[in-house]
Amino acid sequence: MKRVTTVLAAGLAAAIGTVNAADTITIVSWGGAYTKSQVEAYHKPWIAQTGNFVVSEDYNGGLAEVKAQVDAGNVKWDLVDVELSDAVRGCDEGLLEEMDISALPDGDDGTPAAEDFLPGTYTDCAIGTIVWSTIYAYDASKMDSAPATIADFFDVDTFPGKRGIRKNPKANLEMALMADGVPAAEVYEVLGTEEGVERAFAKMDSIKDHVVWWEAGAQPPQLLADGEVVMTTAYNGRIFNAVASEDKPFEIVWDGQVWDLDLWVMPKGAPNKEAAMDFVKFSTDTKRLAAQASWISYGPVRKSSAPLVGSFHNKPDLDMGPQMPTAANNMKNALQNDFEFWADNQDQLNEQFNAWLAK
Amino acid sequence: MADTANVEIDDKLLKKRLDKALFKNRSRAFLLVLPLLLFLLVAFIGPILYFLSHGFIDKTFAALMPQTTEALSEWDAVSDPTEEMFAAVVADMVVARKNKTIGRVATRVNRDKPGTRSLFTSSARKAAKLEAPFSESLPAVKKDWNDIEVWQAMKTASRQYTLGYYAAALDMKVNADGSFERQDEKRRIHMTLLLRTMQISFLVTVFCLALGYPVAYLLATLPARTSNLLLILVLLPFWTSILVRTTAWIAMLQAQGVVNDLLVFFGMTPDDARFSLIYNKTGTLIAMTHILLPFMVLPLYSVMKGIPPSYVRAAKSLGANNWTAFWRVYAPQTIPGIGAGALLVFIVAIGYYITPALVGGQDGTMISNIIDDHMRKSLNWNLAAALGGVLMVIVMVLYYVYDRIVGIDNMKLG
Amino acid sequence: MALPAYAGWGERLWYYTFRFICFLIFLFLIAPILIVLPLSFNAEPYFSFTPGMLSGDPEAYSLRWYKDILINGMANPEAQTGWWTDVWNNAQWVRSMRNSFFIGVIATIIATTLGTIAAVGLSRAEMPYKKTIMAFLISPMIVPLVITAAGTFRAFSEFGLAYTHIGVILAHAVLGIPFVIITVTATLVGFDNSLVQASYSLGATPVRTFFKVQMPLILPGVISGALFAFVVSFDEVVVVLALGSVEQRTIPRQMFSGIREQISPTILAVATILVIISIALLATLELIRRRGERLRGLSPS
Repeated sequence: MKRVTTVLAAGLAAAIGTVNAADTITIVSWGGAYTKSQVEAYHKPWIAQTGNFVVSEDYNGGLAEVKAQVDAGNVKWDLVDVELSDAVRGCDEGLLEEMDISALPDGDDGTPAAEDFLPGTYTDCAIGTIVWSTIYAYDASKMDSAPATIADFFDVDTFPGKRGIRKNPKANLEMALMADGVPAAEVYEVLGTEEGVERAFAKMDSIKDHVVWWEAGAQPPQLLADGEVVMTTAYNGRIFNAVASEDKPFEIVWDGQVWDLDLWVMPKGAPNKEAAMDFVKFSTDTKRLAAQASWISYGPVRKSSAPLVGSFHNKPDLDMGPQMPTAANNMKNALQNDFEFWADNQDQLNEQFNAWLAK
Repeated sequence: MADTANVEIDDKLLKKRLDKALFKNRSRAFLLVLPLLLFLLVAFIGPILYFLSHGFIDKTFAALMPQTTEALSEWDAVSDPTEEMFAAVVADMVVARKNKTIGRVATRVNRDKPGTRSLFTSSARKAAKLEAPFSESLPAVKKDWNDIEVWQAMKTASRQYTLGYYAAALDMKVNADGSFERQDEKRRIHMTLLLRTMQISFLVTVFCLALGYPVAYLLATLPARTSNLLLILVLLPFWTSILVRTTAWIAMLQAQGVVNDLLVFFGMTPDDARFSLIYNKTGTLIAMTHILLPFMVLPLYSVMKGIPPSYVRAAKSLGANNWTAFWRVYAPQTIPGIGAGALLVFIVAIGYYITPALVGGQDGTMISNIIDDHMRKSLNWNLAAALGGVLMVIVMVLYYVYDRIVGIDNMKLG
Repeated sequence: MALPAYAGWGERLWYYTFRFICFLIFLFLIAPILIVLPLSFNAEPYFSFTPGMLSGDPEAYSLRWYKDILINGMANPEAQTGWWTDVWNNAQWVRSMRNSFFIGVIATIIATTLGTIAAVGLSRAEMPYKKTIMAFLISPMIVPLVITAAGTFRAFSEFGLAYTHIGVILAHAVLGIPFVIITVTATLVGFDNSLVQASYSLGATPVRTFFKVQMPLILPGVISGALFAFVVSFDEVVVVLALGSVEQRTIPRQMFSGIREQISPTILAVATILVIISIALLATLELIRRRGERLRGLSPS
């Protein structure tokens, strides 16, 4: 009996007494290569500088867990990496703490933060970090001819084989319309009408039987590597990393890319507000943002960071500039995700998308 | 004479004492169960009822837009909105904007009239500066305020007690006047999923029976030492984590997985046309059959073990061939086992979540997955509760049937 | 069911066909579990056999995924000193392992204590409304987990129990209860009540009777019930998904996100360890069963 009690006591102590010396903040992001780039560029230097600790957790986007925690009155997350539409929506619903841009450090060239950040990359409740993009990629070793346009992705006759697509209407409906010949500038106008939505779904219908759905950003490179699909939509940085770090024969098609922002938000009632805010200040300064770009091909949102973007962290001859979604060559036919459109229509289109999937 | 009376009194006394003793015993037995009953009431039954109540009750709009709710209650849902209603909306929006609850209001109305989120969030930003008459100044901000459907949606949203979510769970919708109508075809999904859930559960049950019956029969007829050894092969999967088994099936069934590799190796399919065995309904069926098979084998085995071999021998000695002896004499005696196993597998299958979520892809997901989706993605707890209510009714009916046919106290584990 | 000497060729054929079918079914049951073992030693980050593995090349096998179990999440994997406290406090899988055991053990204690006492009451002949109460106590096993998870999350949130260890423990205790009830009542069915009468008549108090007479006899049932309750908690993921945050992350929860988010053979390595644990549990259970049968004077089968 005595032994049992000792074991129990040890278990209790272990469960309760986890690292109390310094602040431990919980940072939630998208996992895989992206989280790794944040760990290398932000977390490690911050831990070394402050002596605090970071617990890193993965999620697949959305506000659900933040809302659940805020509603439950027991917030566990300190910072979350979200898309713009969720940052705006979360702010409207009172789920997020306000964050003041003027509290952030000036750019290295002395420009105040509010001007150094690209327009629209921060809001009342969110501070931007990177520009990323949904693109599609293929395995060059398995294709006889190279697809080049967004229309090719939807063309299973010329390019047979399975497609990987995110199980979510966002970015897919836009791509479908662009593949169907809608110019990027008119996509949201068309998607705002019932006929436009029908048209997008009709285009999706043409490849529905060839689709493998993915949910987490780490999945598409895996699907390509495993040969489950010949082409897949993906976050551009994930594909880049599979090429740069694992020498995979993947190619990105930039035509019809849909780009978006990732931002830091702090759930209302976050347990370690001060430490978390300190982390936000630290991670979004000119040097840190530029440093992240040496780990993954996502563009920094500070103007002052752009000139500092160099080469991949362990490949000095691999220049990062041309790999960014915002590089001129990649922007020829590109679309920015319209956060207001999605804030308005997300629920309805999700519902319709699910019904379409189930059919 | 006196003697008889005494006996009578003693009888009564005895009966009274006996009753008292019985009552004492009964309460003592009940007291032993009571702590557990209370625990389950607080930690299980209560929470579930509370959750399911959200399927009928939705106070979001009424709580956050109290004046509007008041004003809407007198409106007939057909005539033009009054100035009073406009004023109430503006007043409520000013408060909601200040409290940062306008997003919740917008989300709520957006459920009944999609595309209205920004109408609320952007109007609320300007609401504080508006001046009377609001029936003119508010539509000046966004002309959609002249759309009567917006007001009808608000009226629907303002009802605190509603059948709307149960209707939605059955692919119906409630109109502003309270009548029901079928959902647009392109938004119907729940009935499809419910039917698919039934279909998958049924197929899994049939597969489990087809695979479980021979195994149980073999186990029951082998000598005890061998059958105990083989029983471990059934119990080991039972004791292995469901996550482990699901992972294992991913490794087995994926395009570059073991099964496809073998098929290619034996030339049964070309290398570039491997079978899609996972992330679809096939994957769900295979993995679920594997996971639920022990639930079928164990009850079958325990029934078959109890059938004396002499019956079949007697049938044979009376001239029946193996076939007849099995089907006419042995099989009918296993029906209780089949009933117990099949019902148990079906009940567990119908509420299954993990396996379809991980290997179901688009056509292998089930009703539990959509409930979870509404809970954790679209954040529509009310609809999740209504769907949960529908699922709960089905499961409880099956549970009742199980109790009547098999008896709860006959449930065995290994 | 040995084949009699006089069996005809048809009967022989059927006999062997039937055995072959049964062999295939056993293969279906066991192969996926066994396949995990070799794959977890894959040197490549894939879920499939590489050509090197098939040709028996030792280079194609490695322990890297087992190493990854310890390293993943560590603050400083290269450190020479103090690395084990780092592993203990920070390695994700080790933290999950600790959570799984902590939550599982406490939930098991609650479920077993309440369940055993209730089972003793239930198996008394005088117990009123026995069937209804039994149906009620077994229901956590029947109610779909998604509903249990949603219900406990909503209700526990109101009391600040969501995202706490206590919340997860309470919910897991609930899920373990049916298993304790079933196993303990099964042992009590064969219980000879005259032993209790004898104990009373010799002057023992009810409490003393329970611990000295009943308990030793139903102990095998209690232990196997406890094992079941522990396994239920140890394997449970739906409730943890809803009720737990990163601090309550258990092994199945970690595996769940591993399969969905970062597919790596580390999961196979963890799976292998879990298979070994389940074999150990199963062996324990079998030993207890035999002991129980001996105690009750049955010859072990």
